[in-house]
Amino acid sequence: MIFQLLLIFIMIILAIAASMFKDLVNAVVVSAAVSLIASILFYFLQAPDVAMAEAAIGAGLTTAIFIIAIRKTERYEK
Amino acid sequence: MRKIISIIVLVIIAAGFVFTFSQIPFGKDKINVAGYYIERGIKQTGAVNIVTSVVLNYRGFDTLGEVTVLFIAALGLGAVLFIERKLKEGIKDKEDKKRKASLILRTGSRILFPLILLFGAYIFIHGHLTPGGGFQGGAIIASGFLLMYLAFPRKSINKRTSNIIESVSGLVFVGIGLLGLVFSGYFLTNFLPKGVPNTLFSSGIIPIIYIAIGLKVGFELTGIIDDLLGRSR
Amino acid sequence: MSVIYNSMYYIASGGLILIGLYIVLVKTNLIKIVIGLNFIDTGINILLICIGYIRGKTAPIFSDPRIKSTSVVDPVPQALVLTAIVIGVAVLALALSIVIKVYEHNKTLNVTKIKGLKW
Repeated sequence: MIFQLLLIFIMIILAIAASMFKDLVNAVVVSAAVSLIASILFYFLQAPDVAMAEAAIGAGLTTAIFIIAIRKTERYEK
Repeated sequence: MRKIISIIVLVIIAAGFVFTFSQIPFGKDKINVAGYYIERGIKQTGAVNIVTSVVLNYRGFDTLGEVTVLFIAALGLGAVLFIERKLKEGIKDKEDKKRKASLILRTGSRILFPLILLFGAYIFIHGHLTPGGGFQGGAIIASGFLLMYLAFPRKSINKRTSNIIESVSGLVFVGIGLLGLVFSGYFLTNFLPKGVPNTLFSSGIIPIIYIAIGLKVGFELTGIIDDLLGRSR
Repeated sequence: MSVIYNSMYYIASGGLILIGLYIVLVKTNLIKIVIGLNFIDTGINILLICIGYIRGKTAPIFSDPRIKSTSVVDPVPQALVLTAIVIGVAVLALALSIVIKVYEHNKTLNVTKIKGLKW
């Protein structure tokens, strides 16, 4: 119980940090961490199918698609 | 000015959330429709994974809609990025010739790639027995192909083979639905024998449809990454 | 203390939705706006699953003969969220392809400097 509370607190802090970074690669990496913590929370809510889908799609393919898109545009937010 | 108005809007929405969520008790028993699915799930479909039987048997038409939405998104992405790939063909070739990934990545990815494909295939074949299914297995297969794209900057998959596998898998899904219409009068009925629960060859058409969905989603996501990188000519 | 334990998942999902909405409304970089849309998607998925959770019950897979049909959580929200996650990634890929084309045309990613529409 206390572990889930700690994870939720870290997730909110990481989401706020993602909106404040100027380097876009940092923001994307933090968003992948938010997806990973959401996948762990799905496991604690007794939903193993959804946890597997969120881990494979949210924390894997979404980050790759974002970094390819950043490579074709600009890296720093002005 | 824009910040102040948006913060006021967010405070109003937060007040709406607090008022709504206080009416929903957390952790109480509120099962309504799902009681029917849990009681008769194993007897009517033969699958021990109730989420799989809800996704493919009781709500199979919504899964057909979802496969369609994914197909349209991949199609739209290929259409939007098509002209850009032809214009940039000459410029990018010079940078790629001298770049090589490190030795650990090249060697490790050659060993890991067949294991990742095997793991993804295991997940979508056993979708009715363990947690998993077509979408998860397809995403794992796409991750395996992404690893190979990162390790070898000049290679890409055969686009024609990938398109053929993807189209045939989509046709298998719709074809099995039409066969259900021919045999029993309703689209997507479970017309194959149910078998003994908790074994591999059980629950009718569910493993066949999940194999089709797993292959289709895997090659579709690989095609999305290939279109974004602009590799195959 | 039990008030916090009963409402911490609602705070998590509501907080993610509000932070995502703040990023979409206030930030001016196009890729950051797409990151905000991703946060809203994740927040709504957590909300749907935590509504279907029942205390003391287990995952809806009858792999063991000892699991009775009255001791599993609700399987219908999990089927809905499975669809929603895949559609989220499809929309994200399409949005990023449009962002790449907009950058090709205007050479900038700032929303206030893209003035293609003239009234």
